[in-house]
Amino acid sequence: MSKSNSPINDFMNGIWKQNPIFKQVLGTCPTLAVTVSVVNGVAMGLATTFVLLFSSLIISMIKSLIPNQVRIAAYIVVIATFVTIVDIVMKAQFPELSKALGPFIPLIVVNCIILGRAEAFASKNTVVRSGFDALGMGAGFTLALLVIGGIREILGSNKLFGFVVLPDTVEPMLIFILPAGAFLTLGILFGIANNYEQKQKDKIIQKAIAAERSAKLVTVPAAPQTETEEA
Amino acid sequence: MDTATTVELKNKTILTSTPHVHSKLSAQKAMWLVVISLLPPLVMGVIYFGLYQLIVVLAALAGAVMTESAIKYIRKQKVTIFDGSAVITGLLLGLILPPGLNPVFAFIGSVVAIGFGKEVFGGLGYNIFNPALVGRAFLQAAYPVAMTTWSTPAMAVDTVTKATPLSLFKFEAIASKGGVDAMSLFLGNVGGSIGETSSIAILVGMVFLIVMKVLNWRVPLAMIVGLLLFSGIFWLIDPTKFASPIHHLFMGGFMFGAVYMASDWVTSPVTNKGIWIYGMAISLIVVMIRLFGGLPEGVMYAILIMNGFVPLINRYTKPVIFGEEK
Repeated sequence: MSKSNSPINDFMNGIWKQNPIFKQVLGTCPTLAVTVSVVNGVAMGLATTFVLLFSSLIISMIKSLIPNQVRIAAYIVVIATFVTIVDIVMKAQFPELSKALGPFIPLIVVNCIILGRAEAFASKNTVVRSGFDALGMGAGFTLALLVIGGIREILGSNKLFGFVVLPDTVEPMLIFILPAGAFLTLGILFGIANNYEQKQKDKIIQKAIAAERSAKLVTVPAAPQTETEEA
Repeated sequence: MDTATTVELKNKTILTSTPHVHSKLSAQKAMWLVVISLLPPLVMGVIYFGLYQLIVVLAALAGAVMTESAIKYIRKQKVTIFDGSAVITGLLLGLILPPGLNPVFAFIGSVVAIGFGKEVFGGLGYNIFNPALVGRAFLQAAYPVAMTTWSTPAMAVDTVTKATPLSLFKFEAIASKGGVDAMSLFLGNVGGSIGETSSIAILVGMVFLIVMKVLNWRVPLAMIVGLLLFSGIFWLIDPTKFASPIHHLFMGGFMFGAVYMASDWVTSPVTNKGIWIYGMAISLIVVMIRLFGGLPEGVMYAILIMNGFVPLINRYTKPVIFGEEK
């Protein structure tokens, strides 16, 4: 875990260190399915963030009231309440977006990020920390969807945020708005993220070795471990 | 970081694992022999479809070689473009593209073929799927319209867009009207991809490869036997509905796939028994897709699917070690 338990740290954890998509690989179904455009991706991310925030807050508040044996069912009831709110509001206010996202809004109920954070974080931590954790996770998820949606929208339909950005002479690659393109994009981003992480680790180890040599210490520097919680 | 000191073994007995008998045929030499064997289909393709096809093939070739060099440079590995494997991938991809394709697409296809078909798995010898087919499958999904626009041989006057024999059989029930002339199928004077139409040129390449011991003859043979068998069954059931086995053999990319694609050393089984299973299974899938699938041609997908099964085939056809009980 992080050295300090400050809320800011909880928030930043979700952005990169424990990014739900790139580090925890949670919630990949909506990631792969709805990211044909930035707008869809961000809408999905925000909807999930809303549900995540309020369900984390509620679960964190009532955690001592829930008997351990039925906790999952209780979490689902809380989560489903907020998903229903999102679903109905979207249908009323953004009917087109609601149609584009289709069944994936109701499916937020079983999104592993939300249940994962409820189980791993909200049920063990204070309300304030849970709230910041939920916001961080939601922001990380939304950012990931934004990046994936951006890449797929540019390559697959020559557009970004619905505006044409590439000239007509560039033929859009249809594969990127098909599921296969989602897998390709996500795979490449995973590769880049892992490569970056590995380089950072190597740097830390190199530094530690250099420090050790100069100090002539015998102790071997322990490899820094990735912070992943059971989720 | 691994800082273990390396122990030098100078003037000592060198212990190596088997095999101790080495063939003079290196991977590099084999690669260039395959490149030579690809020349007849290329020449026939250029004769039939016009000089423009050379640009398409060269674009694919350039894409493959440049991507390979770039990736090797970025990963700080030895640049291995002279082993010929990237050249083969580029050539193969160029030859299975439709004539008159935008060279930019051919280039992109090659980038994907080398980048995602080969190098992400670790380079030569580690790829699960045939790189050229990965590139083509990508193009098929990325540019479905351009990839299914076929022009007929330009030997007459002008290049005309026309259906391939396979789509004639599939969508216009030509089997009941006597089908396509088998001789022109054999010579390649029909619509299709640049290098795949001329079966005779592919046969020349095949014989060359078999004589040079680069190609395991069991791969094309297993595929041909399988195709004749499976398509023959359906032909006997209803000759007015299904194409004859001979037509199936010389139509579309089957011969090209059997000789150059399925036989790839890396992505085909290592045991002879495994090769028979692999070849027959490819043919079964080809016949199923051609006769009952939504697409007119299925050689590409059949080979890619069976590439995925190769590790499994290898595991189940492992020969019993001498002295071991079965």
